[in-house]
Amino acid sequence: MPTVSFINVSKSFDGVSALDRVTFDVDDGEYLCVLGPTGSGKTTLLRLVAGLLKPSTGTISFDGEPVNGMISQNRNAAYVPQQYALFPHLTVLENVAFGPLARGRTESEALSMAMKSLELVRLAGRRTAFPKELSGGMQQRVALARGLASEARLLLLDEPLGALDARLRLDLRHKLRQIVKETGLTAIHVTHDRDEAMSVADRIMILRQGRIQDYGTPKRVYDRPSGIFVANLVGGAAFLEGVAEATSGDSSTVRLRGGVIVKTPSHLLTTNEPVIIGVRKERTRLADYNAENLIEGEIRETRFLGNSREYVVRLDNGDTMYSRQFQEGKNERFRIGDKVTVGFDRSDVLIFAYPPQGLGRELEIV
Amino acid sequence: MQSTTVRDNRSPSIVQRLGFGFDRLSSRPIATRSMYSIAIAFFLVIIVTPAIAGILVQLLTLPSLALSAPVMSRMSDAVSWSFIIGLIVSSLDILAGIPLAWLIVRKRGRWTTLLDSLADIPFVIPTVALGFSILEFWSSSSGMSSIIGVGSLISPGSLLIMLLHFAFSYPVIVRVMVGEFLNYRETYEVAARTLGASSFTAVRTVTLPILRPAILAAFLLALARSLSETGATIVVAGTFENGTVFIKNARDAGLTTAVVVASLVMIVLSLVVFALIKVISPRLKLGPMRVWPGFEKKLSTHSAEHSRDFFSILVFVIFVLLPCLFIAFPAIQAIGSGTATEAVAGLGPWKAFWSSMLLSYVIAILATGVNIVSGLPVAVLIARNRLNSRVTKIVDALVDLPIIVPSLALGVSLNFFWGNIGALPEFWVLVLAHTTITYSYFVRAMSASIQGISPELEESARTLGAMPLRIFRKITLPLTKYSLLSGAVLVFTRSVDETGATSAVAKTLKTAPVLLVDWIKGTVNVTAPERALGVGILVLTSFFALVILRLITLRGTKKE
Amino acid sequence: MPTLDVRGISKTYGNIKALDDVWLYIEDKEYVCIVGPSGCGKSTLIKCIAGIIQPTEGEILVDDHSVLNVPIEDRKIGYVFQDIALFPHLSVKQNLSYGLAVRNASANTVTTVTNEMLDLVKMRDRSKSYPRELSGGAQQKVAVGRAIESGSHLFLLDEPLGALDALVRAELRYELRRLASDLGLTVIHVTHDQEEALSIADRVIIMKGGRVVEVGKPAEIYHSPQTIFTENFVGETNLLEGTIMDISEATCKVKVGTHMMRVLGKGKGVGQKVIVAVRPEFITLGSTVPSGWECRIKEVSFLGGLTRYTLEDDGGLEILAHVPSGESSSLRIGGRTNVSFRDGEHMLLFDYPIEGLEKELALE
Repeated sequence: MPTVSFINVSKSFDGVSALDRVTFDVDDGEYLCVLGPTGSGKTTLLRLVAGLLKPSTGTISFDGEPVNGMISQNRNAAYVPQQYALFPHLTVLENVAFGPLARGRTESEALSMAMKSLELVRLAGRRTAFPKELSGGMQQRVALARGLASEARLLLLDEPLGALDARLRLDLRHKLRQIVKETGLTAIHVTHDRDEAMSVADRIMILRQGRIQDYGTPKRVYDRPSGIFVANLVGGAAFLEGVAEATSGDSSTVRLRGGVIVKTPSHLLTTNEPVIIGVRKERTRLADYNAENLIEGEIRETRFLGNSREYVVRLDNGDTMYSRQFQEGKNERFRIGDKVTVGFDRSDVLIFAYPPQGLGRELEIV
Repeated sequence: MQSTTVRDNRSPSIVQRLGFGFDRLSSRPIATRSMYSIAIAFFLVIIVTPAIAGILVQLLTLPSLALSAPVMSRMSDAVSWSFIIGLIVSSLDILAGIPLAWLIVRKRGRWTTLLDSLADIPFVIPTVALGFSILEFWSSSSGMSSIIGVGSLISPGSLLIMLLHFAFSYPVIVRVMVGEFLNYRETYEVAARTLGASSFTAVRTVTLPILRPAILAAFLLALARSLSETGATIVVAGTFENGTVFIKNARDAGLTTAVVVASLVMIVLSLVVFALIKVISPRLKLGPMRVWPGFEKKLSTHSAEHSRDFFSILVFVIFVLLPCLFIAFPAIQAIGSGTATEAVAGLGPWKAFWSSMLLSYVIAILATGVNIVSGLPVAVLIARNRLNSRVTKIVDALVDLPIIVPSLALGVSLNFFWGNIGALPEFWVLVLAHTTITYSYFVRAMSASIQGISPELEESARTLGAMPLRIFRKITLPLTKYSLLSGAVLVFTRSVDETGATSAVAKTLKTAPVLLVDWIKGTVNVTAPERALGVGILVLTSFFALVILRLITLRGTKKE
Repeated sequence: MPTLDVRGISKTYGNIKALDDVWLYIEDKEYVCIVGPSGCGKSTLIKCIAGIIQPTEGEILVDDHSVLNVPIEDRKIGYVFQDIALFPHLSVKQNLSYGLAVRNASANTVTTVTNEMLDLVKMRDRSKSYPRELSGGAQQKVAVGRAIESGSHLFLLDEPLGALDALVRAELRYELRRLASDLGLTVIHVTHDQEEALSIADRVIIMKGGRVVEVGKPAEIYHSPQTIFTENFVGETNLLEGTIMDISEATCKVKVGTHMMRVLGKGKGVGQKVIVAVRPEFITLGSTVPSGWECRIKEVSFLGGLTRYTLEDDGGLEILAHVPSGESSSLRIGGRTNVSFRDGEHMLLFDYPIEGLEKELALE
C-alpha cells in the first residue's frame, strides 16, 4: 500500500498554476527525491503533503485514505523547512520533545522519545544548548531529530542541506539517508542539487513548471530519460541537431550537420524527420578508435573538475561535444588546439524528437 | 537529564488534560472563526463606529449646519492653520530627526545609546507637561528669555505651537527611522560606494530612496500627532486658534453646531490629506540622477560628518531636550518652598489633584486590559491573514483610524454617540474613549512583532502535531512577550497622557492632564509652585513608566 | 594593470582572529579562487581589500600603491555581493549605469557603455525591468555588469553564484570565467564550493580559521596537496590510518589495518603514525584484481557517470570507491569483491595530525 498517493493534483495561487495534474505514488519506506529548478513547484508539492496547503483539484491519499481535508496535526507528516525552523527560545531537548508533548504524551515519555532521537543523530551531548549556539550542520540534525521524535511516519525535507557549505553537503547527504533508513520512515526530500538527488534517492522525480517530467530510479532516469530537459538535468550531455535516416534491424542512422553520420539504436522516426541526439559526457572517449561512432574535432576548452577533466570539443562540422575523462591524474592528456577523434557507441546515443519550442528552450533550467 | 527537574508522572495531570482539551478545540475552524469574529465585531462596534457615528448622527439631527459668517471665517482660519502648522512641523522634524537617527545607528557606542534614550523623553512626558515646560522655557521670564534679556522671547501663539509640535513629534521620527536604519541592508550603500559613490552620494541616491516608504510613514505619523494634539496646544496657544483649540473654545462657548462642523471638517480633511499623500508619493518618479561629485565628496569627509552630527545634536538639545526637561526646575523649586508637604497631605487643590491622578491610573489600567484582550486576536488576524484577505485589508486600514482622526474631534463624536445611545456613565465613556484612542498602538506593535516571527516556525509546529492554541501559547506568545509588555506600557502611558478626547467627553470627572490644563490656564486658581509641582509629579510617574519600558526591552534584546 | 599584494593582513574582533597574518600576491589578469569552510575568513579578507573593513594589521598594495587609507569609492575595485544587492528602486539600465552616473560621465558615454554592457550580459530586452522582476541568475548577471561598467579592472566576487540554484551555477561559472578573460580582468572569486573553484581558477587558495592553508594550481591542489585538510576539503577521499613499518629512499611500507601498502613518501620515521590518502576514483574493484583486499559491499549508489561503492574489509575498515558506471555492474550490496589501489602515484602520505583527525578536518 503506497504511503502517499497523488491523483491529478493541481494547485493554483491567484490564477497562477504552481502544480499541474501531478500524479504519483510513494511506497512505504521509500526515499523519494524531488528535483527541479526554483519555481518548479517542489515546495508546493511538499506543503500539500504536509497539509499546509489544500489542493485546488485532485486527491491526496495516505495509505489509500483521502486526506484532502485532514489538518496537518493529524497527518503524522513532519515538515522540516530549509531554515530548519528550530524554536529559538527552547533548548535542543525541548525542541525535539515538542512533538510528543503536543500529541499528549506525558513529560517523561516525551523526554525519553526525544533522547532516543538525539542519540540517533548523535547530538545527545548538546541537549541543553540553544539553537543559535549550534553550527548549521548541527541545527539540521536537531531539526531531523525533532521530526523523527514526533511519531511521524513521513518525513518532508525541504532542501535539508541547502543552507550548508558544498563540502559539508557531500558528507551529510549520505548520513541523512542512513539515519532515515534506520528508522524505516518514508521520506520526500526536495532539492535543486542533482548530485544530491542522484546519490541518495531510491527514486527521483523531476518537476518543471509544476509538471512531472520524469519519475524513476536514478539509473533509469539517467540511462533512458523521458526528454531533453531531463537528460540535460540529470547528467551533462552534448545535444546535436540532426535528421533521421534509414533504419535497418536494430540500428538506425542520423545525419548531423555537415553530413556527419551517427549510428544510433533503432527508432521509429520517419526519414528526414528532424531530431535531437544526445550523448552523455561520460560516454564519449577521445582517441579510442574502437568506438562505433567516430567524429573528428579540435579541443576548444579544458575544465578541471577534480576527479575528472571535461574537454569541450569543436567538431569539424561546427557542432560542440563534451568528453568527461576520469582517472587522468594531474596532467591533462589533451591540450587546447589538439586535434582529436570523439568516439562513442551506438547504445550510448539518446534520440529525441525535435522539440516544438526549439532546443534552447528545452535546455533552459527554468 | 537530571531527574530532579522531571516530574515522573505516568499519566497527564488534570491541568495538562484541560489544556489539551482547549488545544483540541482550537483546531476546529468554527472555534477560531468565532473568536476572530467577536474580536472584529468588538472593534467595529465599540471602537470604529462611535468614533465616526457620533458626528454623523449629529449631522443628521442638527436643525441647520449654517454658521454665522464670523464663526465660519474663524473656523476656516483655525482649520487651515492646523494643517499648515502640521505640514511645516512634520517636514522640519524629518529634516532634523533623520540625521540624529543615523548617528544613533551608525555610531553605536555608549554616548549614542544615551542619545537614543534621551530622544524618547518627549514621548514619555505627558503633552500637558510638555506644553507647560515649553511655555516656561520659551515664553516665561525665567527661561530662555532671561538668557537673552527679554521679557518674553516667544509669546504664546502660532510660533510657540510650532515649537511645541516640533518637540513632541521629533521622537516619533527618530524612533521610526532608528528602526528602519537597523533593518536596512547596509550592503546597498556599500555597493554604491564600491561603484565610486562618496558616502554622501550613496546615502542620497540609494539609501534614502529605498527608505522612502518609511520616511513617508514617519512623516504621516508626525502629521497625525500634530493635527490631533489638544492639551498642550491649548496651554501654549494664547489667543491664537488652530483647529483643536477652536473646537475646544467653541465647546466651552456652547456653539454646538460649530463644534460638529469643525470636527467633521477636521476628520474629513485629515483622511483626505493622508490618502493623497499615501497615494501620490509612491508614484512620484525619481528624476534622472544628478550628482555633483566634487561637492558631495567634500560633504563626505570626516569633518563634514562631524559638523552634521554636531548640528543635529544641537538642534535636538535646544529645541527638544532642554524645553522638555525645563519643567524640572520649577518643580524642584516648588518642593523646596513647602508646597510638597501640602501636596502629600492632600490639602486644598491637592485633594482634587490626587483623585484625578487616581482616576487617570484606573482608566489607564482598564483601557490597557481591554486593549490587550480585544486587540490580540485582531493583531494575529492582521499579521497572519487568518480570515480571507479582503477582510484583513479592511481591518488593517480601519485600525489606524483613531490615530488619524484628531483626538478632540474623536472625543466629540464619542460624546455624542454614547450620550445619545445609552445612559452610559461618564466613567465608562471615558474608559471607552481611552481604549479607542490607544487601540491602534497595541494592535500595531503586536502585529509587527508577530509578523517578525517566521511563519515556518508555526508551520513546523503544526506538522509536529500542535493545535493552534498550543502553538500560540508555546511559540508565538513566548517569542512576542516583550512586545506585548512594551505595547501595554505604551498604551498605559498614552492613556495617562490623553487630553483631547477626555476634555470633550468629561463633564464632571477630570483626569490628571485635564485638571492640569485648568491649573496652567488659570481656570482653576493655583499658585505657581503648586502648578509646577503638579506637573512635576505627573512627569515623574510617567518617567517611571519609561524606565520600566526600557528595562523590558533591554531584557528582551539581551535574551536574543 | 592591477596586481594585488596582500601583506601580513590580520583582523581581530575582541579575542577572535578573523584573519591571521595573510600574505598573497595576485598577478595581473589572474583569476584566483579563495575556498574554505564558513568562518574561514575569506569574506573578511576581500572586504579588507575593498575597504569595507579596516584590517587591524598589515598592508594592501594595488599596483604597488598602498590603499589602506583610501576610501572605498576611490579604490577602483569592482565588487559583487553574495546577496546581489541590485538597487531595488532603479531599473536594470539605471543599475548598470550607476557607476558612471556618480562620476558625472557625459550622457553619451553612459548610453554607449550601458548598451555594451546590456549586450555583454544579454539583457538588452530587459533593460527597463526592475530587479524584483528578474530571476536570481539574471540579477547576478546585472550585478556583474554593473561592477564592470564602473570601470575597474580588479574584481572581488563574494560567493557570486551562492544565491543561485545548483543547476544554474555550473553553467554560469564558465560564463563568468569567459567574461573575465575576454575583458582582461584580475579577479578574486570567493566561494565555499570546491568544485567551482577547481573548474575555473588559475590558482586556488585554501583558507581555514583565518589563515591561508595552501595555494596552488587546481590540479596540484587536488592531486598533490600539502596538507591533509586540503586533501579532504577539495573532494571526497579515503583517509586510512596506518603505521610506518619500513622506509626506503622514496617509498614507505605502511601497515593499514591488516594490510601492508607501499606508498611514496619521504621524511618519515619507522613507527610513525600516518594517514594514507587515496581518492575514490583511483580504486579498482573486481574479483580478478590481484593482491587486493577482500571487502564486503555495504552500499551502492548510482551517480550517473560514476557508481559509488561503500566497502568494508574484515577488520572494519571502510573504503569509498567511485567506479565508472558500466564497469563492475555485477557488484551488488552484500556481495564481496577485491579492492585494489592504483599504483603508488595516487596515494599520498601525511603525518597523523597532532590534534586528532576529526579536529583537523573540521568544516564548521
